[in-house]
Amino acid sequence: MKRVAGTLAPQVATIAPVAVVTKGLVCGTGIGLAALQTALERGEPALQANHFSTTPLPTHIGRIAALDDLRLPAHLAAWDCRATRAAWLGLQADGFGAAAQAAIQRHGATRVGLVLGTSASTIGASELAYRSLAPDGGFPADLRSETLNTLHAVTAFVQQALGVQGPCVTVSTACSSSAKAFAQAERWLRLELVDAVVVGGVDVLCESVLFGFQALGLVSPLPCQPFAASRQGISVGEAAGFALLQRGPGALQLIGHGEANDAHHMSSPHPQGLGAERALDEALARAGIAASEVDYLNLHGTATPQNDAIEAALVARRYAPALHASATKGLTGHTMGAAGIVEALICLQALETGLRSGSAGSPAADPAMGPLFAQQFKPEAVRAPVSVAASHSFGFGGNNGVLLFGRGPA
Amino acid sequence: MRPRRLFIDGIASWTPTLPDWPTLAQALRNEVPPAPDAAPQRPSADLLAPNERRRAPESVLMALQVAQQAVVASGQDMAVLANVFASAHGDLPITDALCRTLAENPLALSPTRFHHSVHNAASGYWAMASHSMAASTALSAFKHSFAAGLLEAASQCAADEQVVLLVAYDTQATGPLASVNSSRGLLALALVLAPAPGPASHWVLDWRLGQSAALAASAPLRSETALRLSQNASGDSLPLLQALAEGQPANLSLPLGPALCMNARLQPWPLAGA
Repeated sequence: MKRVAGTLAPQVATIAPVAVVTKGLVCGTGIGLAALQTALERGEPALQANHFSTTPLPTHIGRIAALDDLRLPAHLAAWDCRATRAAWLGLQADGFGAAAQAAIQRHGATRVGLVLGTSASTIGASELAYRSLAPDGGFPADLRSETLNTLHAVTAFVQQALGVQGPCVTVSTACSSSAKAFAQAERWLRLELVDAVVVGGVDVLCESVLFGFQALGLVSPLPCQPFAASRQGISVGEAAGFALLQRGPGALQLIGHGEANDAHHMSSPHPQGLGAERALDEALARAGIAASEVDYLNLHGTATPQNDAIEAALVARRYAPALHASATKGLTGHTMGAAGIVEALICLQALETGLRSGSAGSPAADPAMGPLFAQQFKPEAVRAPVSVAASHSFGFGGNNGVLLFGRGPA
Repeated sequence: MRPRRLFIDGIASWTPTLPDWPTLAQALRNEVPPAPDAAPQRPSADLLAPNERRRAPESVLMALQVAQQAVVASGQDMAVLANVFASAHGDLPITDALCRTLAENPLALSPTRFHHSVHNAASGYWAMASHSMAASTALSAFKHSFAAGLLEAASQCAADEQVVLLVAYDTQATGPLASVNSSRGLLALALVLAPAPGPASHWVLDWRLGQSAALAASAPLRSETALRLSQNASGDSLPLLQALAEGQPANLSLPLGPALCMNARLQPWPLAGA
C-alpha cells in the first residue's frame, strides 16, 4: 500500500467481502433484533428519565431493564456485574451463543477469534467497590477480583462463556470501539489467522460515563434529538451486540471499513471532519465503490451541537442527494463503545428487511445544516430496498471508523 | 497459515530508572548491576506542546516518549504512520482518581480527567502530536496485552503492507485499586514494524499463531531487571525485549491466551551469511 503524506487518504486495496452469518443484540429497545426492528418501524423515542445514577442527574437514558435482576449462571457468577450481565443477555438473544458454538465445532476453538469494543467495560464494578471499600481500604471481598476490575474483563467473560480460543482482544477507542472490531476481524480473516470471528461491543450505564459526559457539558436534559435545531446533547444508553463473521461470500456482507484519526483534539472533532472523511474514503476504497452508491447511512449523530453540524457537512459534501440518512440514538441512546455494533446491526437490518429507519426524536434537520442535508436526513422510516449501507462511528481521541455493508449472492 | 515476515526498524523503551532503550538493553544483558537507587526520571515527551505536557497524565507522557524515539530511530515519517497502542489497564492512577471522585461527589468530576480516562488517551495525544491521521487503535488483553498489540500491529503490517508503530505501556496501581490490580512499576516500549527491509531494519521477525504447547520453547527471563519489570502489566513484552537486548537469533512464544500463542523467529538483519 502506498501512503500519501498529509491528510490525504491512503491508497488501499479492495478487500474480499466478509460474510455476517449470525447476529445478536440487547439494548434499550429490548432483547433481540425483533425488538429493535419493531422500534425502528415505530420510530418513537424509547428513552426514559434517568433514575440510574446514585446522585441525581437530570437526563434521559436508554436502559436495559432486564439487567437489574439478571443472574449469571453459576459457573460464570464470579464475573457478575452490569456489563457482563448485558453481554450474557446479548449472547442469549437471537440464538447468537449457540451459533457461535456451532462455529467452534466447525472450525475448532483456536480458529475462532473474538474482538469486542468497549469504552467503560466493567468500570461499574470498580465504581461500586469505591463506594463500599473494605476496612483495610481495599476493595470489598465480593468485588476483590483482578480479572473483573479491568478493561478486558467483559471480553474475557465472553471468551469463557463461548469457549472461543482464537485471538481475543478488547478494542477501546471510546465511541468508535466496536466499529473498529470489524476492521480488526476482517484483517484476521484475510491473513487466515482464523476462520471465524465473533465481533461486537458491550457498554452499560455507569457513573463514569454519565458524569463524565456531564462534566464535558455534553449531556442533554431532554431525550436526545440528533441533528435537530433544538438538540442539546447526548442521551447515554447501554447495549451488548454481536456478529459472527467468516470469509465471504454471504447473504449479508461487510464490504469495507476505514479507520482514521482527526489528529486534532481529545474531545472535539476536527472542524472540517477530515478524519471522518479519510475513514470514509478508506472504507469506499476497500469496497471499491463510490459514496454515491450508498443507499442508507446510519449517522453517528450523538446530538451534540458541534458533532452533528460537522457530520452533516461531511454527508452533504460526499453522499448523493438521494441518500437516506438517519440517526437512531433517540431509540437506543448513545451506547458508547457498543454504538458501532448497534448501528452496524441496524444497517444489516436495513439490508435484510428493506426498512430504512427514521430518526426518533428529531422532527427535521437543523436548517443551519443546509438544504442538501435536509433532503438526505430522514425523520421518518421508509420501506425501500437497500443494496449498500454505511455506518459512521466517531469517538474521543479523534478516533473515526466507517463501515460499509452490502448484500451478497448467498 | 503460512508464517508472516516483518522487519523491526526502530526500538524504544522507558522506565523511571532505565529511561532509554540502550540503558535498558544493557541491564537486560546483565552488563550493569541493577540500580534501584537511580533517581527516577519523568518522561520528557517533548513532542507535546508545553501546556499539553503539563496536563497529560504520566501514561501519556511515557507512551509518547517511546513512540517518538522509536519513529526517529526508524527514519520513518511520523505524520503518516498507522499506530497501535496496547495497554492492559490504561492509566491506573487516573482510574483510581476517577472512581474516588465518583464515590465522593460525582458532579465534581473534571472534564479533563474524564477524557484522560479513555483507553485511547495516549493514542489520541500521539495523533495530535505526530499529526498522523492514519488508523490509530488502542487495545487491551489483560495479561497478554503486549502480545495482542504485537499481533494487531503485525496483522496491519502484513494485511496492508504498511509500516506500523506499536506502543505498549502500563502504569502502577494506586489507592484501593492496588488491592485488586497487580501491575507495579512503570514500563513503556515502542517498535516500528515494516513489511519490507529498509536502511533502518536491524531485525527480521517471522511469526505465526501456534498452540500453547510450544510455550516450553520460550526463554526464561535472565536478569533481575527483566524479573522486576515483569511485574508491570506490559511485562509480557520482556521475552522479546530480552531477545532484542541479547542480539542473538531467538525463538519466542508469546502467549495470547490459555490455548494460543504467537510463535516468532527473531533474527538480526541482514541475516548472517546472506
